[in-house]
Amino acid sequence: MIEILTTGLPNTVQDLGRPGHLALGVSHGGAMDRQALAIANLMLGNDPSAAGIEVALHPFRLRVHIDTAVAITGADCAVSVGDRPCPPWWAMAIRAGETLVLEAPRIGARSYIAFAGGLDLPPVMGSRATDVKGSFGGLAGRGLSRGDRLALNPAQCGLPAGGFGSALEERRGAADGAACAIELRVLPAAEFDAFTPEAQAAFTGNEWSITNDANRMGYRLSGETLSLLSPLELLSHGIVPGTVQVPPSGQPIIQLADANTCGGYPKIATVIEADLWRLAQAPVGARLRFLPVSIEASTEALRANRQRRRDFIAARNLIVGKQRAP
Amino acid sequence: MVAGTPHISLAGSGALLLDGAQGAFNDATQELVWAVADAALNLEGVREAVPGMNNLLVVFDPLATDAQSLGEQLKSLWASTEASAIAGTHHTIPVSYGGARGEDLAGWAAHCGMSVDETVRRHAAATYTVAAIGAMPGFPYLSGLDPRLAWARRSTPRLKVAEGAVIIGGAQAGIMPMTAPSGWHIIGHTDVTLFRAEAELPVLLRPGDTIRFAIAGIEA
Repeated sequence: MIEILTTGLPNTVQDLGRPGHLALGVSHGGAMDRQALAIANLMLGNDPSAAGIEVALHPFRLRVHIDTAVAITGADCAVSVGDRPCPPWWAMAIRAGETLVLEAPRIGARSYIAFAGGLDLPPVMGSRATDVKGSFGGLAGRGLSRGDRLALNPAQCGLPAGGFGSALEERRGAADGAACAIELRVLPAAEFDAFTPEAQAAFTGNEWSITNDANRMGYRLSGETLSLLSPLELLSHGIVPGTVQVPPSGQPIIQLADANTCGGYPKIATVIEADLWRLAQAPVGARLRFLPVSIEASTEALRANRQRRRDFIAARNLIVGKQRAP
Repeated sequence: MVAGTPHISLAGSGALLLDGAQGAFNDATQELVWAVADAALNLEGVREAVPGMNNLLVVFDPLATDAQSLGEQLKSLWASTEASAIAGTHHTIPVSYGGARGEDLAGWAAHCGMSVDETVRRHAAATYTVAAIGAMPGFPYLSGLDPRLAWARRSTPRLKVAEGAVIIGGAQAGIMPMTAPSGWHIIGHTDVTLFRAEAELPVLLRPGDTIRFAIAGIEA
């Protein structure tokens, strides 16, 4: 059992989401930074899609009521387990009665907490992810509140004393969006050619910033106004996370994990799947830049991601040995 | 008449959008969209097929297939698949028109240049088809609205439209399965539940289902 001590409603239970129901209008959802949650779970010997907590509003505090182990990944923030500081991307034991504290991030926006065994919640439509829009999944379909108690599945994870950490090459020295713009690789989308040459040039040539209107559904950006060659009326169509829509205001919106499954605005581009974690870790006010790539490059980036996960599992098994839940 | 070749575009590295629209929404094209959606699920690497309005989003694993060859396969499916109406379920949805939970009723009637009673009578006289489910869980895009009742969406969407709201957006009709933002006009309210996440069949309506609205009351 864990008990939430300090939180905000943007903090939710997430796993790797509920794909397969787009045709019912149900978003994939799940962790905005999927890789961070997957690695946190793998560090503890969990299934990568075990349910953990996505912390989007810091500081965050919880108390554990049993001896267990936690892994904290995602944003670079000061973390303490009991009275012990915990480095970023680290898994370690935590004893009954101790508190886990995550302070405001130095770099990044979202932290992930995985628990040995994962949070014990009933799956809804195949997932424990919280769908706030539909008020289902996670803990009663809502964000976490002070005093919430969540059970853990039984587990043995056999961490080495002091725990262990992981470091992902691509995360090292990643742009923070403040001193340096975050680069997002994009593929052109259906209406790219319907925009003026000036808009096309501004989209990839200029920087954009993330406005306050940014959440798990999507981020509204501000920058140069993007104009169409002529007004366009589209029928509603399916969209995926990463879709960059341009509503009549000319200011783009990037659709994300909890986005509506259908939309009607013209689409100028799509952020490639392998770069969605960069958006998950981009705070309000962050500067962004779009970099056009080929479909081959975007597929290669995805292949590299999957390979990194396999390599990680192999490395973890070397350190900890293969574990099975009892 | 069904359009020949859909326009195919990339929707990121793992999805293709097939757009069969030629101007206004077309029922025959939609029947083809449903049939191609079913068939597409059998193609190697395809994960999901999501019918939109005269279009189809196909989500795939780019490490199991590639956009180029999948696009070709989908194009030939589009050309060879027999469009057929789905024998869907018929639903009667009781609606309380107007009042506090149908605040745009009078404005809608004025826009259509008809009395409130006549506007409501026409809305309830038509048989609607669920063309697609999407945007939010269980939301039906309904075709079959009397063209005289069409009303372009609000320029500024409302941040909250209540669950059960019966709405009009352009030439489309709909029902809100949950409270959410919407730019459509609110003409009435129903107590019918469209989405229950915990149920074995979470959505009430499916593409191909038909709907009649029954007048439970009119409050000007």
